[in-house]
Amino acid sequence: MKSFKYVIIGNSAAGIGCAEGIRQIDKKGTIAIISDEKHHTYSRPLISYLLEGKTDLQRMKYRPDNFYKQHNIVLISGEKAVSINKESKTIKLEKGEEIKYEKLLAALGSSPFIPPMDGLEQVKSKFTFMKLDDAINLDKELSKDKKVLIVGAGLIGLKCAEGIYKKSGKITIIDLANRILPSILDEDGSVIIQKHIESKGIHFILNDSVSRFESNSAFLKSGNIIEFDILVIAVGVRPNVSLIKNAGGKINKGIWTNEKCETSLPDIYSAGDCTESFDITCDKERILALLPNAYMQGECAGINMAGGQKLYDKAIPMNAIGFFGLHLITAGSYEGNFFVKSDKSNYKKLFFKDDLLKGYIMIGDVNRGGIYTRIIREKIPLSTLDFELIKERPQLMAFELNERKKMLANISERSV
Amino acid sequence: MKRIYAREEWCLGCHLCEYNCAFANSGLDTMTKLKGIKINPRIQVEENDGIFYAVSCRHCEEPLCVKGCITGALSIKDGVIHINKEKCVGCFTCILSCPYGCIMPAETGVIQKCELCQTNSKGSPACVSGCPNRAIVFEEG
Ligand SMILES: Cc1cc2nc3c(=O)[nH]c(=O)nc-3n(C[C@H](O)[C@H](O)[C@H](O)COP(=O)(O)OP(=O)(O)OC[C@H]3O[C@@H](n4cnc5c(N)ncnc54)[C@H](O)[C@@H]3O)c2cc1C
Repeated sequence: MKSFKYVIIGNSAAGIGCAEGIRQIDKKGTIAIISDEKHHTYSRPLISYLLEGKTDLQRMKYRPDNFYKQHNIVLISGEKAVSINKESKTIKLEKGEEIKYEKLLAALGSSPFIPPMDGLEQVKSKFTFMKLDDAINLDKELSKDKKVLIVGAGLIGLKCAEGIYKKSGKITIIDLANRILPSILDEDGSVIIQKHIESKGIHFILNDSVSRFESNSAFLKSGNIIEFDILVIAVGVRPNVSLIKNAGGKINKGIWTNEKCETSLPDIYSAGDCTESFDITCDKERILALLPNAYMQGECAGINMAGGQKLYDKAIPMNAIGFFGLHLITAGSYEGNFFVKSDKSNYKKLFFKDDLLKGYIMIGDVNRGGIYTRIIREKIPLSTLDFELIKERPQLMAFELNERKKMLANISERSV
Repeated sequence: MKRIYAREEWCLGCHLCEYNCAFANSGLDTMTKLKGIKINPRIQVEENDGIFYAVSCRHCEEPLCVKGCITGALSIKDGVIHINKEKCVGCFTCILSCPYGCIMPAETGVIQKCELCQTNSKGSPACVSGCPNRAIVFEEG
């Protein structure tokens, strides 16, 4: 039986973060990464950019070609892990092979959620949009004379629309909600982004849903009928929890982990989209299915697996996306009082409560937004800042001299 | 590692560092050609009420920009944070992540940041060598 000190299931952001975390502490211990996707680690969010032609298979690799070699990692790809035996500390692969671990990371990601829709089985050309292979297969079907129906006006559905825009015929996006991107934008923000995307000729149907399909027709609740050639389902994602669940691990919304990224099972850690995190902006466990979180959680797990000390205790929701050249960044929770600043092409909204910045939305001008993110993440009391100044524009000037020196001056000049 | 540090009590607010930065990274042969161009430097002077100082990438030991980069375009080499503009798609996750506001969009749609002039013809920080009042220094910290 093959045996490794560290076994990582999942070859994406969280898994790679874990491997890099381990190697910060333990340069020698053997590492294996198991992945059911038969690819070098790639950037999942780039699948839409691939279709758009803004990247290619080489450039979208998440780490360089020599990554596994450089870090002395055995990649077992194209193999699915089907069960974990926590007593014998082994993993069983689909093809029957067993692999022994000392420390295990489950970085399993999420899977597209497909709601029950009558007649879906009749639709010949249908896709989800999560994996590189999904994008490659969708690409083969696309042509200028094919109409595309996308179910779901969330991040993945909209990114898909942007990706296929130049290659497909008419694109229609339908969503049950009454506005787009409701999980990351307020109502005004949704309208701005929707109008921008509509200005490119993409059609939205909101407040409506598909009640049934008949080959190439979608019959909507409202009674309307949409004809399409290609269907993309991007309604949402669900964390992949079953491996840990079946091994007896604690699951809430996602796989439960503590601040060291340990699951409730001995020597088994978990990170990324399959887990739930404690969102410090609303003091709730949430699934934060975002790449920066996945990486940092994975890195934290890796450091702890290798005997180091690290806590993953500053999780916040944060998004950076662009659609057809219009950028937006958002972070935190939209609670409490707010401040809005907007003009023809930019929109900014800050949310604050209990002397803390809780969240923000910036559309258009996103310059230096990370300064706001830091104030949220570090829970910097607004009373220690020049809030009037920073409301207008993110800037370090709003910090006290001492704080500014800590950030910018050499140590010898920091005493005041 | 040597980093760029600001000494705000010495900064005149002359913005020369911004011009030297823009020039160093422009590929142009003379500074005069910057005339009439709206520069987009990697270092920025903040000013308010008679206080001035220059801000550029801190080359953090725990860089949130690198950790959060969705493409792998940002990486650390010998402590210096570099951007691979071929890989970058301009998602701006790094702008969302940088606590100092030191990463900015480039004209080409991807991002740009201070690389301590290691990747241009200067070889060492142009903002520092051109600062008339030693208000920006390049030192071990
Ligand atoms: C189209 C799209 C656009 C996105 N855009 C953004 C964005 O702009 N910004 C952002 O922050 N996030 C974005 N995301 C989300 C981001 O991709 C995820 O948050 C990130 O990939 C999570 O990383 P992960 O390692 O946790 O999981 P994943 O990337 O999902 O990787 C998990 C891996 O584990 C494998 N696996 C699962 N179970 C098994 C098993 N039993 N055996 C073997 N292998 C297994 C899976 O096949 C997969 O390869 C986007 C996602 C999509 C789909």
